[in-house]
Amino acid sequence: MKIVLDHLTKKFPNRNKKSDQDVVAVNSFTFEFPDGKLIGLLGPSGCGKSTTLNLISGLAAPTEGKIYFGDEDVTNLAPEHRGVGLVFQNYALYPHLTVLQNITFPLENLKGKEKLSRKERERRAYEIAHLVQIDGLMDRKPSELSGGQQQRVAIARALVKMPRVLLLDEPLSNLDARLRLQTREEIKRIQKETGITTVFVTHDQDEAMSISDMIVVMKDGVVQQIGAPQEVYDEPANLFVAKFLGTPPINVFEGTVRGGKLSIGGEEIMAVDGACDGDVYVGVRPEGFIPDEHGTLSCALSGVEIMGRDVSIVSAHPSSQNATVRAIVSAETRLDISAQSVCFSLKPSKTFLFDRRSEQSIPFTKDATGLFRRAVEKKLSE
Amino acid sequence: MDKQLDFAKAEARLKRRHTVRNMLVYGMLTLWGVLVLFPFYWMILTSLKEYGAYNAESVPSFIVTNPTVQNFIDAFSKVPLADYFVNTLIFTLATTAIMLVVIIPAAYAFARIDFKGKNLVFTLFLALMMIPNELVIITNYVTVTNLDMRNTFMGLILPSVMSVFYVYLLKENFSQVPEELYLAAKVDGTSDFKYMWKVMLPICKPTVITITILKVIECWNSYVWPRLITDEEAYYLVSNGIQAIRESGFGRENIPAMMAAVVVISAPLVLLFLVFRKKIMAGVARGGTKG
Amino acid sequence: MEKKNLKGWLYLLPAILFLGVFMVYPLIDVFIYSFEEGYNSASGTSFGIGLYNYEYVLHDPYFLQALKNTLILVFITVPLSTLLALGISVGLASIKKLRNLFQTVYFLPYVTNTLAVGIVFMILFKPTAYTDGLVNIFLGMFGISPIDFIGGPYWAKMLVLCIYTVWVVMPFKILVLTGALASVREDYYNAARLDGTSSFRIFRKITLPMISPTLFYLVITGFIGAFKAYNDAVALFGTELNVAEMNTIVGYIYDRLYGEGGGYPSYASAAAIILFAIVLTITCINLLVSRKHVHY
Repeated sequence: MKIVLDHLTKKFPNRNKKSDQDVVAVNSFTFEFPDGKLIGLLGPSGCGKSTTLNLISGLAAPTEGKIYFGDEDVTNLAPEHRGVGLVFQNYALYPHLTVLQNITFPLENLKGKEKLSRKERERRAYEIAHLVQIDGLMDRKPSELSGGQQQRVAIARALVKMPRVLLLDEPLSNLDARLRLQTREEIKRIQKETGITTVFVTHDQDEAMSISDMIVVMKDGVVQQIGAPQEVYDEPANLFVAKFLGTPPINVFEGTVRGGKLSIGGEEIMAVDGACDGDVYVGVRPEGFIPDEHGTLSCALSGVEIMGRDVSIVSAHPSSQNATVRAIVSAETRLDISAQSVCFSLKPSKTFLFDRRSEQSIPFTKDATGLFRRAVEKKLSE
Repeated sequence: MDKQLDFAKAEARLKRRHTVRNMLVYGMLTLWGVLVLFPFYWMILTSLKEYGAYNAESVPSFIVTNPTVQNFIDAFSKVPLADYFVNTLIFTLATTAIMLVVIIPAAYAFARIDFKGKNLVFTLFLALMMIPNELVIITNYVTVTNLDMRNTFMGLILPSVMSVFYVYLLKENFSQVPEELYLAAKVDGTSDFKYMWKVMLPICKPTVITITILKVIECWNSYVWPRLITDEEAYYLVSNGIQAIRESGFGRENIPAMMAAVVVISAPLVLLFLVFRKKIMAGVARGGTKG
Repeated sequence: MEKKNLKGWLYLLPAILFLGVFMVYPLIDVFIYSFEEGYNSASGTSFGIGLYNYEYVLHDPYFLQALKNTLILVFITVPLSTLLALGISVGLASIKKLRNLFQTVYFLPYVTNTLAVGIVFMILFKPTAYTDGLVNIFLGMFGISPIDFIGGPYWAKMLVLCIYTVWVVMPFKILVLTGALASVREDYYNAARLDGTSSFRIFRKITLPMISPTLFYLVITGFIGAFKAYNDAVALFGTELNVAEMNTIVGYIYDRLYGEGGGYPSYASAAAIILFAIVLTITCINLLVSRKHVHY
């Protein structure tokens, strides 16, 4: 079931009584979530991603715009008639009911023709429990389960009524780091097996990048960019998206473009054919630095952190927007640790230009090898 | 070596001071314990004494040599103590049951349903909490009299049902149940009534039990309203009954029989208390007032 | 949204009905009663509107007696029981062994029927044809001649009433104070002890300020409760409280409403409103004082 959002807008009255201007939580969100995919809604807290989820589930009514499931307009449909499964951040399991009772609870609400016998309800509950691998825990109370198990129960409860759409609100944020890795694989597997269109909300870009078929990056109620995770990472539409995706975060410098040449701090760094003249922000991914004696970007070296596979070079540059410039290079790289400074050349494919005022991406021609590699990558990912 | 000795000495002195203080504390606590328990001891003791023997003691004896149950038999046969008991039971159970039926949906509405005027009504409810019973009892007396409901259970029960404070207490507890639970249930198509009944109430069971017990205590001991509204013995509750016994009771001043009646009347609540000790004390600490 | 509005009011309906009939309407009515002069409950007519009922009540010797009794009761029992409860609670907080037992025992009076246990007190204090009563025998050991505490001099009756009232209100106060003392964090004590503070200073400078809100709460509820005293007096002296000179304001209200001196809801209403005004004033004064003295 595809989900279509058509100029979806949600405004809240301002909490601050002095201002009568409404708070816009979601601003004219238009997008078609493709059928059977796992889509991640990503953004910092307060960006409107949870509100979007509530609008899709029907728990909140939109101020403007429409929502369609497939071709059906569900904008004015009550949540219970939409056929959505919803998993909450804190799981919202009923503490006084057993796992089995929790999972069968939604089925007990079915009335009339859809009414199920007790046996049928339990059969379905066991089927779903098997899918999420909690069939051994059916008689326990939620308080006797680990966080990961509770999470699975919550997913089972959402899936048991065979929803058209599955919605997950920060599904992993209450788990510890190790469980988080495991559970996100699990969510991916369950989603694949059931084939239900799934939307999940997260503020953790790692999480979104690793399992989503598609991510939607939001900020202040406005969609910033939509695309496959790698695509968004490689071609951020604006400075916010570039900064938000990637760990360690992207390094940002102030720079200028004159006649197709980019300079940072007065030093000419590289050719950027096709970019107009003007002040820019230069974003360089940590993996975009190549230590190079003849490199054009000279930074004051402050230290080196060995991380096993990689080495992280920590340095500083007067034009850097960040306190430190962090470059990640392969562990084989030879480097003089006692040196005062280090020079880098930049990989054009990992370097982005953004207009200083609008912060929108400025396209420029990257060198031939880079273009070729990206073309191959794009082919492979399709 | 000297220093060590000093240290031992200081420790011993401290310990001695500690012991003295402890003895004082325990002495005081025991004294109050005796003062609390003595009336109970005295009523049980007296209730077991023979009528003749009691009256013959010019200095009451602290033990009973020939315990008798005759006083208890008298208490049930010479005055309608059993009737008082049944009346009180009916009054207590009915009042408590109706109260729960009334306050649970009200608390739920305040905690979970968004409707126009909610805040205003809730504020009014809170304001009513400050109104003392004495202020409204006069009109209630007139109302019940005019409705010809004196000496009926309806007249006894209906004005005693509402306790605004318990609505407040329950609402606070309902509000603590995470909202996600409600949203989850709503997405699954659960009706408000089913959610209240199947999710809220089981989760808030401890508070409901506390409220029930507090109301039972209140009903069992109520005196003023029943006294105003009943003058037929057939509708007396235990408090009015014991007052009647005291004033005209057993013909002569049969104190042992009177004490037997007091024991019988006090026993149910004391037993209830001993069983639900923790719940009652926690409940009273949160929401009780007396004194 | 329409449906939600309807549902909300529907859930509230029973509560609103009960409150409307038995609280809000009576509340308005009691004021009307209190201003209607010469109201006749049989015919339901009155002569007019005015302050006559208040004037009558304030000049009624029975009311003045009840007012005096109530005031004495309030100003003796509230401070006494609060201090006593504080002492006992501090004692309870300092011990470990037997604490639960003591707490259980101390709470017993709360769950007993005030009327029933009052009779036991009466018997303990009352001399009869056969015996002087246990209390008098005990006092006799110190050479004090027997006193009729129930039917004798005013001060003796008042003394018994105060003793019984204190006995009845102690459980609640001990319970609440014990809870408050337990919630004072151990860290404060440890910190103070490390600084070499004496126990008494710790109590005055740390414990007392920390539990001061609870103390004020107890004083206020104590005042309100004591102003409404009635059951204790009935338990000790019977229903003819005017004869016994032991009536309270609440007793006066009921007597004016029903019984020997009854049938005057107007006088009862005026007395009830005077009582409410007194309680409200004292509560406000208490709150004002506490705002100055409670530290947080």
